[in-house]
Amino acid sequence: MKKLKHNSMSWRYFKQNVFFTLVRASALIITLALGGIILYIVVNGISAISWEFITRPPTDAMTKGGIMPAILGTIYLTIGAIAIGLPLGVASAIYLTEYAKQGRIIRLIKVGINCLAGVPSVVFGLFGLGFFVIFMKFGSSILSGSLTLGFLILPTIIGASEEALKAVPQTFREASLSLGVSKWQTIYRIVLPNALPGILTGSILGIGRAAGETAPIMFTAAAYFTAKLPGSIFDEVMALPYHIYVLATAGTNIEATRPIQFGTVLVLVAVVLGIDLIAIVIRGYMRRNKGW
Amino acid sequence: MESNTIISIRGVNFYYGTVRALTDISMKFRKNKVTALIGPSGCGKSTLLRLLNRMNDLIDGTKVEGEILFEDKNIYAPDVDPVEIRRKIGMVFQKPNPFPKTIYNNISYGPNLNGVSSRDMDALVEQSLKQAVLWDEVKDILNKSAMNLSGGQQQRLCIARALAMKPDILLMDEPTSALDPISTAKIEELIEELKDNYTIIIVTHNMQQAARVSDETAFFYLGNLIEYNKTEKIFTKPEVKQTEDYITGRFG
Repeated sequence: MKKLKHNSMSWRYFKQNVFFTLVRASALIITLALGGIILYIVVNGISAISWEFITRPPTDAMTKGGIMPAILGTIYLTIGAIAIGLPLGVASAIYLTEYAKQGRIIRLIKVGINCLAGVPSVVFGLFGLGFFVIFMKFGSSILSGSLTLGFLILPTIIGASEEALKAVPQTFREASLSLGVSKWQTIYRIVLPNALPGILTGSILGIGRAAGETAPIMFTAAAYFTAKLPGSIFDEVMALPYHIYVLATAGTNIEATRPIQFGTVLVLVAVVLGIDLIAIVIRGYMRRNKGW
Repeated sequence: MESNTIISIRGVNFYYGTVRALTDISMKFRKNKVTALIGPSGCGKSTLLRLLNRMNDLIDGTKVEGEILFEDKNIYAPDVDPVEIRRKIGMVFQKPNPFPKTIYNNISYGPNLNGVSSRDMDALVEQSLKQAVLWDEVKDILNKSAMNLSGGQQQRLCIARALAMKPDILLMDEPTSALDPISTAKIEELIEELKDNYTIIIVTHNMQQAARVSDETAFFYLGNLIEYNKTEKIFTKPEVKQTEDYITGRFG
């Protein structure tokens, strides 16, 4: 056996320290960047925030007043997107992992879904315009926007649901089936409840995307301005991301409304976090019973 | 012997894809007896066990040839619903696999989905846990998670869960291989008690266990049934050289 070099240990520790430092630095940079963005938004936007701002419609050609219709619109659209994307996505994932025979066709479908995740959101917007707004005659409405956003977040939800379903131990399925319980009952009673926390984690990512996207709702749901609140799912709504876009690029007085723009951004971030928080609380509640 | 046959296997071949795992197996299992399936790893004993309640259906690309008769009906006939079969033929697995539910709900899960009313459930849960000699240990914690039980208790819970379906046959796939010696002894005692009411077919790696608990023993090697006889005979005067080599520890 060859004798170890004397300096080999210190050299290895040196390499380890270099590596740790790099990893630590990466984490720090990410945290700083995120913190910086949030701080910037808060500093610039906090002055615009007031009770009036979140409870009143815009006035004076959107240079004054509040953004309440846009807040509500975004909440409606996000809930609509989840209502469409979650059942469809979970059902697809159940089919792909539990029922479909694994083979070339399934692989192809999975590649397709992954490609869908990479499609630019404006393409979804144009599809929504062509299909839901014009062809299906839903018009520019909450329904069209929700459907478009629902499809946009489908790949995220399918992907997360697949992972969550696969993480449920096979022994649970075997145990259930061995008791003379049918496959669907096994999925419904054993597999799904145990996969739900993971599915929700994926949905949280989807929620953020659905609430924050501008392009998909630009042609399908969002109104430039409407003080009227929607009466049905066939009405147009204002939405936070589109409102920001409008104020920052096509408003009547772009410079003067900067504080309102940042205020709206701040509210958007808060709305997304708020919806996420609800999902996280539900997930936490479901996880309590998990014990493997 | 013919009259108390409960399962009769006739000329069964089994394939995983193109690999043949069982070759021309014919054998009969007797009612209210404990039959042990022994043999080295990969000999096909677990595969055979999982054929009896159609658990191999879960694996893609498998193929069964031949017949397995249970109550005079081929369980692989096209009109047979595997769910029906599994109601009558229960299974206990190698690793204890309770559901992440309460102890009570672990037991009630199967009967509940098979139409037992909640009025009768308390009695059924108690009876099943008593049969599995677990009642005294868990009667005060029925609403606690089953995941907090010890490995041996979990396995007895899995046995109770299977018994709650009132099956005719209980299949056990190396039920003690993940357990300590004391838990193992408890399960073996339990098997002894259960055989009055159930037919038990047990796969085991442990030859002492086969000798202790079973009435009949079948020795498998490379997908073939080498020898099948009364346990006493297999362990004292095996007729085939391979059987003797295996049980005396010369290979395996």
